[in-house]
Amino acid sequence: MDLNFTGIDVCAVNGTRSAPEAKYDLVVIGAGPSGITAAIEGAASGASVLLVDENPVSGALMGNDTPLYFGGRMTAATQNKDRMLEAIFMSMPDLEKAMEAGVELLLGTTAWGVYRNGPGVQSLPEQVVGLADAERSWLVGFDRIVLATGARDLAIAFPGWNQPGVMGAAALQMLLSRYGAFSGRRIVVLGTHDLALETALLALEHGLDVAALVEVRDAPQGDAALLEKITAAGIPTYYGQSIAASKGGLDGIESITLTDGTNIACDTVCVAIGLVPSIELVDAMHGPRALNAARGGYIPAGEPNVTAVGLCAGLPDTGFDHVAYRMDWVRAALRVNAPDTIICQCEEVTLADLIGIQPPNYLPRPAALQARSLGTLLDDGPANPDQIKRLTRSGMGVCQGRRCRDQVAMMLAIESDKPFGTIPLATHRAPVRPLPLKILAEWDEPAGMDAAWDVWFGIPTQWVPVEDIGTPYQDEHREMLYTGMYT
Amino acid sequence: MSGSDVVIVGGGVTGLSAGWWLAKSGVKVTVLDKFIVGWEASGRNGGGASHYSSPLFEEEQRLWPQMDELLGYPTEHQKGRILIAMTERQWDQYRFIAERHTRLNHPVELLDVKQVQEAVPLAGDNCFGGVHYKFGGHANPQRTVQAYAWALQDLGGKIIQHSPVTGFETAGGKVTGVKTANATYGCDAVVVAAGPQIPQLMAQLGVDVPLAAARAEMIITEPAPMMPLGGVDGHKIYGRQTLRGNLAYGGGPHEWLDVDANGPAARPSTPLARNLAKRLAELLPKAAHLNVIRSWAGVIENSPDGRPIIDRLNSPDNVVVASMSSVGFGLSPASGHAIRDLVIDGACSFSNIDLLKLSRFDGLEKDWREKRGWMPIA
Ligand SMILES: Cc1cc2nc3c(=O)[nH]c(=O)nc-3n(C[C@H](O)[C@H](O)[C@H](O)COP(=O)(O)OP(=O)(O)OC[C@H]3O[C@@H](n4cnc5c(N)ncnc54)[C@H](O)[C@@H]3O)c2cc1C
Repeated sequence: MDLNFTGIDVCAVNGTRSAPEAKYDLVVIGAGPSGITAAIEGAASGASVLLVDENPVSGALMGNDTPLYFGGRMTAATQNKDRMLEAIFMSMPDLEKAMEAGVELLLGTTAWGVYRNGPGVQSLPEQVVGLADAERSWLVGFDRIVLATGARDLAIAFPGWNQPGVMGAAALQMLLSRYGAFSGRRIVVLGTHDLALETALLALEHGLDVAALVEVRDAPQGDAALLEKITAAGIPTYYGQSIAASKGGLDGIESITLTDGTNIACDTVCVAIGLVPSIELVDAMHGPRALNAARGGYIPAGEPNVTAVGLCAGLPDTGFDHVAYRMDWVRAALRVNAPDTIICQCEEVTLADLIGIQPPNYLPRPAALQARSLGTLLDDGPANPDQIKRLTRSGMGVCQGRRCRDQVAMMLAIESDKPFGTIPLATHRAPVRPLPLKILAEWDEPAGMDAAWDVWFGIPTQWVPVEDIGTPYQDEHREMLYTGMYT
Repeated sequence: MSGSDVVIVGGGVTGLSAGWWLAKSGVKVTVLDKFIVGWEASGRNGGGASHYSSPLFEEEQRLWPQMDELLGYPTEHQKGRILIAMTERQWDQYRFIAERHTRLNHPVELLDVKQVQEAVPLAGDNCFGGVHYKFGGHANPQRTVQAYAWALQDLGGKIIQHSPVTGFETAGGKVTGVKTANATYGCDAVVVAAGPQIPQLMAQLGVDVPLAAARAEMIITEPAPMMPLGGVDGHKIYGRQTLRGNLAYGGGPHEWLDVDANGPAARPSTPLARNLAKRLAELLPKAAHLNVIRSWAGVIENSPDGRPIIDRLNSPDNVVVASMSSVGFGLSPASGHAIRDLVIDGACSFSNIDLLKLSRFDGLEKDWREKRGWMPIA
């Protein structure tokens, strides 16, 4: 084959990418209080500012516990996008102020990826954030980005936790305070740190029945004044306990049984043992992050032009060791959960299969495989959640690991008898929210993209059958299947 | 050379398969990897196993259907593929390929639109037709990596992770030891199967291996209902439906990279995910509503002609170098066999692999990368 090289690889990505649709001096992701403040400050300094927030998210996403752990306890009101939009403006009067200050506001708009050049990528025309609404996705350029993505719920498995009515504190607060769209009546709250106490009091304010607070440690953990209010309201609090069993029906959870045998009727269990800073975007862009136990987990370590604010930057440091507290809950869970307790709800991975490093049920388990376990895997090196998730599929489902990634990492630390900090963070990947193919697709991509597109590298000698090398077919093959790369 | 030591640098599919084949022959093997087995391209690829362009093709096809049994662990191997044409031009191209297969006695069948939809219910009636390969197939890359690793261990082989190889000890024209930061592993023979890091390592032995590294990307959706045929290519993308139902797809432009001393930088991926999503939604329109839940990138190396380099050197003469030139997953059962043969017998027993010799690049121009435009973006 006669190959005259042109010095240009027409199948390389160079120059094929689209430019962003718009560009702002500052893009703020997340329109909570700290995001709004950052946006208003930016606008006041004369910057062009885009403020986006994924809320209100679709009912389908909420059903998948995204972005918060809603546990199926939203009312039909969350199917009405206009009503929810209105509720957001009502609950956040500062949004109006931001708009008056000249901030461009997009609600119902998800930031699913942040991209910039760095080691391994030099082909981006400029740094961009990927956005999507219910109709389409697009890219927006920025000089500075502020991540005000807040914190998400930490879930914890107990027997029967994989049924409607088991939910997170942030989700419950959002359904109550923002949307007035919570469908439960009688709540058991797990935890007695401030998050749990505040959530219980909020539920009381909304006229709900708080059946009990359950604390795994032997003493209350949170602010004494808050606890006083709980006690004053006559809410029983159980210490040194966790959930040993639960009962449920078609509508979900109906009662729980504590480790000491106490039965409590409830339609909702609110897991309020901690929030996790929402650092998905930082991690997916491979930005620096660091574990900070007093601030709720991994937090962005900061880099120029990418700033985290609010809970995304970490929970307020009160000296409380959130990681140690959560580990106590997971330790208790490991004591009570039967081997067949589901840990990953999306992929239906049981505790036994997670710790046994066994594959999903659609695969055979030959003897050699059954003899493998976390124990044997640890002989090869420290536990890595990404490796374990590939083998067991825990965290590989449509909730993108939101319900199980944190507890799995803690279980791995406990089972391998290592500090939590030695377990690497399971990677987050873009899109950091599930996005339908038709939404993620760049339908109006530049023509150069298609021109450069080959199924693989576009090297004509790569796929010529051995039998045909040196025959006329080789040239026919190139003419038929390749364009441009070689003249 | 039973009972002697072979050290393998690189715990991707190539090194692990070679180690497994050697261990099967009673050789004591140690695989050294800088991180965890399969952490580079071997755990990030499309899982395709239909490499008819390779001298290793027949062995690839012979072995895959037996691999689960031979290894003792599931690989999720599935037989057969289908190539769906979405444009007139693709239909011409795919029929051209089909004709070629027929002439080479590889069983293929042309499918009309209805037949395509029967095999691939997520396809639409907007396609021109398809080619059903009744050979080839696909497997789960990560599961396959681990299957090789465990099978090798079951035969007494060792895998030492988190141990980057930093250099070699040589004496009398042979490599006598492989060095890491903490230890030197004595050896009678070495296999260098370090993917994009092969040139750096081989340079230490004074051997120039012309390879250029590049990034390729993939996306994966949430599970779809299982289709009769999961190995669905076409529309210039490749991929598979996993046995769980997810659609994992790649293709499209690559970015050439330099590889630094720590190895390739496979994170992060790029907005190419959008262009993949577009093509997948076109190829399988009934899947267009499915959520994409992850995207990722992998780094692979290519030789100047895009074909693997599997060769035992003249000097040092106990070194086998093995780069799969970006198509090494599917071929791994066969590449491991060939490497085993080269290490033990000095020649491949089942196929003529002269085509894959390093010496074919003797006299290659110094600026071969520039000439091809295979340079990183400045
Ligand atoms: C997106 C994508 C899709 C692909 N699709 C397919 C497909 O469908 N079918 C197919 O057949 N192929 C496919 N490939 C190609 C295939 O993945 C690779 O060719 C194959 O995995 C190469 O395996 P390897 O073991 O040779 O190299 P690698 O997987 O790169 O492994 C090399 C190993 O060496 C280790 N290493 C490197 N340097 C050192 C050192 N100094 N010391 C110790 N260890 C070291 C690395 O850690 C790594 O584990 C694809 C690749 C990508 C990226």
